[in-house]
Amino acid sequence: MRSKIYGKPGDRVFTALLVVLGLTVMLVAALMAWELGFGGREAFRAFGFWGFLRGTAWDAVAEQFGAWPFLVGTLITSAVALALAFLPALAAAIAVAEYAPRWLGELVAYLIDLLAALPSVVYGLWGIFVLVPLVRDHVEQPLFLWSAEHAPALMGVLGPPTGIGMLSAVLVLALMIVPYASSLARDAIRLVPRSQREAMYALGATRWEVVRRVVLPYARGGIFAGVILALARAIGETMAVTMLIGNSGQLPYSVFGPAATMASVIANEFAEAEGGLQLSSLLAVGFLLMLLSLAVNLVADFILRRMSVGEGRK
Amino acid sequence: METENLTVYYGKNAGVRGVSLPVYDRKITALIGPSGCGKTTFLRALNRMHDLNPIVRIEGRVLLDGEDVYAPGVDPVVIRRRVGMVFQRPTPFPTMSIFENVVAGLRLVGIRERDRLREVAERSLKAAALWDEVKDRLNDPAVGLSGGQQQRISIARALAVEPEVLLMDEPTSALDPISTQAIEDLLGELKEQVTIVIVTHNMQQAARVSDRTAFFLDGEMIEFGPTERLFTNPADERTEAYITGRFG
Ligand SMILES: Nc1ncnc2c1ncn2[C@@H]1O[C@H](COP(=O)(O)OP(=O)(O)O)[C@@H](O)[C@H]1O
Ligand SMILES: [Mg+2]
Repeated sequence: MRSKIYGKPGDRVFTALLVVLGLTVMLVAALMAWELGFGGREAFRAFGFWGFLRGTAWDAVAEQFGAWPFLVGTLITSAVALALAFLPALAAAIAVAEYAPRWLGELVAYLIDLLAALPSVVYGLWGIFVLVPLVRDHVEQPLFLWSAEHAPALMGVLGPPTGIGMLSAVLVLALMIVPYASSLARDAIRLVPRSQREAMYALGATRWEVVRRVVLPYARGGIFAGVILALARAIGETMAVTMLIGNSGQLPYSVFGPAATMASVIANEFAEAEGGLQLSSLLAVGFLLMLLSLAVNLVADFILRRMSVGEGRK
Repeated sequence: METENLTVYYGKNAGVRGVSLPVYDRKITALIGPSGCGKTTFLRALNRMHDLNPIVRIEGRVLLDGEDVYAPGVDPVVIRRRVGMVFQRPTPFPTMSIFENVVAGLRLVGIRERDRLREVAERSLKAAALWDEVKDRLNDPAVGLSGGQQQRISIARALAVEPEVLLMDEPTSALDPISTQAIEDLLGELKEQVTIVIVTHNMQQAARVSDRTAFFLDGEMIEFGPTERLFTNPADERTEAYITGRFG
């Protein structure tokens, strides 16, 4: 009786609630995708799906639009930012979770997590006022002058040493994604059972050997999850990148030079888009961005299932 | 190996107090006593596992070949290579194959030659009475094995680095009777090569496998002697009470 009165209806209500919530979330996502795809239909119709995807021209006057420069821009900036951020993030996670005294570890972990709480426009401003002049005066100009003298062929690859461009955008992006990679790695490292560490210590391992041979392999699922979260964050980051990357609709051709990402071109042009085709093209870029994020997550999930150890194992 | 007046503090509380115990070479020494009496605490002091716990303080001496393992300048890593350990629960490394688990300790000292590793893996797995069961799937993950097999992996792994002393903390308490039997049979053979200290709260097990037995109670060692003598003719009445099952 008791279970009938208290347990079952409660369970049923709760289950129903979960199902409804879950469906709502999926519905909203599907609606967004549809909205973007539908909004972009004019662009897809005018250039074809692959034509739009692979098109390299972005010219509002000639009404020619292609997403390729932005897709490439997104892929390059996020991949390079991730490559730059990964080791520092992992090193910080190891230092905090394994080496630092508890209070120091907590403090550093807190500061790193705080990086994730800063609004991205703050990163953008910091980039413009601090990083850009620094990069320009101390990295780009010396390199540019050096190449002018010794390797003129490099000048084209390096691009104009203005400070605004891919290099600065990537550096800021890397800084922004460190906390995501780091905090998931840190949690995963802390979850490695003591028995695992002790088993390796008992074989005559040093602390670093325990980290390398037991802790990191055991935590690899969480570390990888952090990498994916950071990558997703980099792919979608809009504000700071828009402020720093120089917003060029051409294929990124140089290290210092201007470029654009899928997110940045939308933010940059949406407000002043003229004509239906440009607007539609921007929505189509948004649709592709959504596909890209989805693909990254699906692939990540697939890999994660294979590499997780312990509780997360499927 | 031998301890002299060994005391282990957890903060202010002593988990083990003033224990002086000789561990005879190539013999099996069993530590028995009720739960919480300090068996694990004592055992972990022998290979400096307590170093990993900052609240632990150690007094007295632990002698290995006449030298104090806690003397200044002694590297605990070296001590742990010479004094191996098998834990209560099997601890296979889940990302490693059976083979890699067994040779994990050799990898630590930089041994890379495939032939050498294979040879040691085979020898250790044979010594741990596991070779026949796993020889055709050495590259499978070790976590796919049964609990008893996993524990024998842990033993093989500890043996692979050829320790002088092997510490075992209730190695069969998480296992079924058949696996327990397999491991007990193994101990008799192992003692030809290695000195063994085994913690058990199973008195029959201590009686079956050990040459010497130490009885612990409340952090102190009450009695130590040849196993047969201790079980048939205990000198202390608390020992007698324990082995006749009147408490603990
Ligand atoms: N990590 C620890 N921190 C504090 N006290 C501990 C710790 N481990 C064991 N003790 C205490 O030390 C005593 C002996 O414990 P232990 O050596 O585990 O006993 P046994 O292995 O004989 O069951 C117990 O009173 C226990 O509460
Ligand atoms: Mg114990």
